[in-house]
Amino acid sequence: MSLRISTAPHMHNPLTTQRLMQYVFIALLPTAAWGVYAFGLKALLVLILSMASAVLAEYLWQLIAKQPVRIKDFSALVTGLILGLNLPATAPWWMVVVGSVFAVIVVKQLFGGLGDNFLNPAMAARAVLLASWPVHMTSSAFVSPTFFKAGVDAVSAATPLSAKSATLMELFLGQIPGTIGEVSKAAILLGFLFLLITGTISWRIPVVMTGSVFLFSLLIGGMTPEAALMATLSGGVLFGAVFMATDYVTSPITPLAQVFYACMIGLIIVLIRTFGSYPEGVTYGILLMNIATPLIDRFLPRKIYGHQKEAKKA
Amino acid sequence: MSEKKSLGKVLFNGIIPENPTFRLVLGTCPTLAVTTSALNGLGMGAAATFVLVCSNFAISLLRKFIPDQVRIPAFIVVICTFVTMVQLLMKAFLPSLDESLGIFIPLIVVNCIILARAEAFASKNPPIASACDGLGMGIGFTLALTLMGAIRELIGNGSVFGLNILGSSYEPMLLIVLASGGFLTFGLLLGVFNLIVKKIERSRVAKEAKTA
Repeated sequence: MSLRISTAPHMHNPLTTQRLMQYVFIALLPTAAWGVYAFGLKALLVLILSMASAVLAEYLWQLIAKQPVRIKDFSALVTGLILGLNLPATAPWWMVVVGSVFAVIVVKQLFGGLGDNFLNPAMAARAVLLASWPVHMTSSAFVSPTFFKAGVDAVSAATPLSAKSATLMELFLGQIPGTIGEVSKAAILLGFLFLLITGTISWRIPVVMTGSVFLFSLLIGGMTPEAALMATLSGGVLFGAVFMATDYVTSPITPLAQVFYACMIGLIIVLIRTFGSYPEGVTYGILLMNIATPLIDRFLPRKIYGHQKEAKKA
Repeated sequence: MSEKKSLGKVLFNGIIPENPTFRLVLGTCPTLAVTTSALNGLGMGAAATFVLVCSNFAISLLRKFIPDQVRIPAFIVVICTFVTMVQLLMKAFLPSLDESLGIFIPLIVVNCIILARAEAFASKNPPIASACDGLGMGIGFTLALTLMGAIRELIGNGSVFGLNILGSSYEPMLLIVLASGGFLTFGLLLGVFNLIVKKIERSRVAKEAKTA
């Protein structure tokens, strides 16, 4: 976690990196549990593999680079879990491993480790996998949850984004094809509540981001309110908003900056969905704004304690 | 460049200590763009080497006649001549390579390695040494490009120089042969190269400390 020192007074907070990461981990559990319930054992294997390879990669790197080994801070575990939840349950094992190793080694450790990565590791790894093996990462890889299609081994179906087929309730509960973690909005909201109650994240980024996706779907996508709601609940918007856009390291600090950041992510998502050639834009929306975060932090005004603007001389 | 260096040292200088790609970070545009396969890297490197040797030699011969004020345009004219030769030769004898390298062959004219060596070395040194410098730099550039091309081709296509190495069950990582993969490979190789150079220097310092 990056500790950017702002001006005094400072408040001491008993939350350590480890504790925060544990909270995020716990918040992810309902989503993961639903994914395993809906997609079966294959999903569990993907999640375990992604977590194990992320932790192992971090451990080996810190050993080789002669750094203090910090795998106990849960951050690699959380990165691995988030990445796993971002993959379809049909992901081949080697792709999961490549993604985890890329997230931890290239995106995180090569830039200086936790707190110095300029991109969200799991998100960047997802983008790499998406560009590298589109066959395994797009609609043809998404199977309908096995639980709801008893008797059928695997039904290949497009996400609701490329073929409208689900009802609002199915979208909300997660009875739709998609990646392991993004399908159940109910489970994600449960995790969101937990993060809010423990004070791990603020409501701003998730709420503003989902709200702006809804708003821009209305304005730019020209959708009816119902279709816009469908669009907001489809794909990875909610998962990205709660678990990925809120990453401390790669999101802005001040409230105003956070609102702007979240708004822009929503705008980019809708622009990509409406005009782009990809059906989904959450990955690129978050990554682009991750890159813009230092700029936002620098140029949006913030209040400096004890500092007053000089009165204009008449 | 006031002290006299042996030709061997001048030649070697371009290969490791001042490798144009990994140490001077010059000519990155063709480096990133054409290294999607080992053969492309080798072809680009060979073309640039030819131009480097010839232009260094010619500019060194002309160094006393070129007025200082117009030296850059004069260098460019000399370089252009050789680039045009390479382009025509390549079109005639290696049409497929010419097609895959495309615009990057005429762009050798503005390749900063060539202009940098003309400015920094050939305009101040005798012809033979300049040709050696061009050859060394060219070999360094070629090695770097071929290495990058081989790595990207291996990961992004499962083959090296068109020979399938990883077998048919390997699913190539497309990203590596895309533009972003070029940047990724380049960055990682730069890091590795810096690490190696640092290690060498450290051991040299340790050795000197011991003998002293």
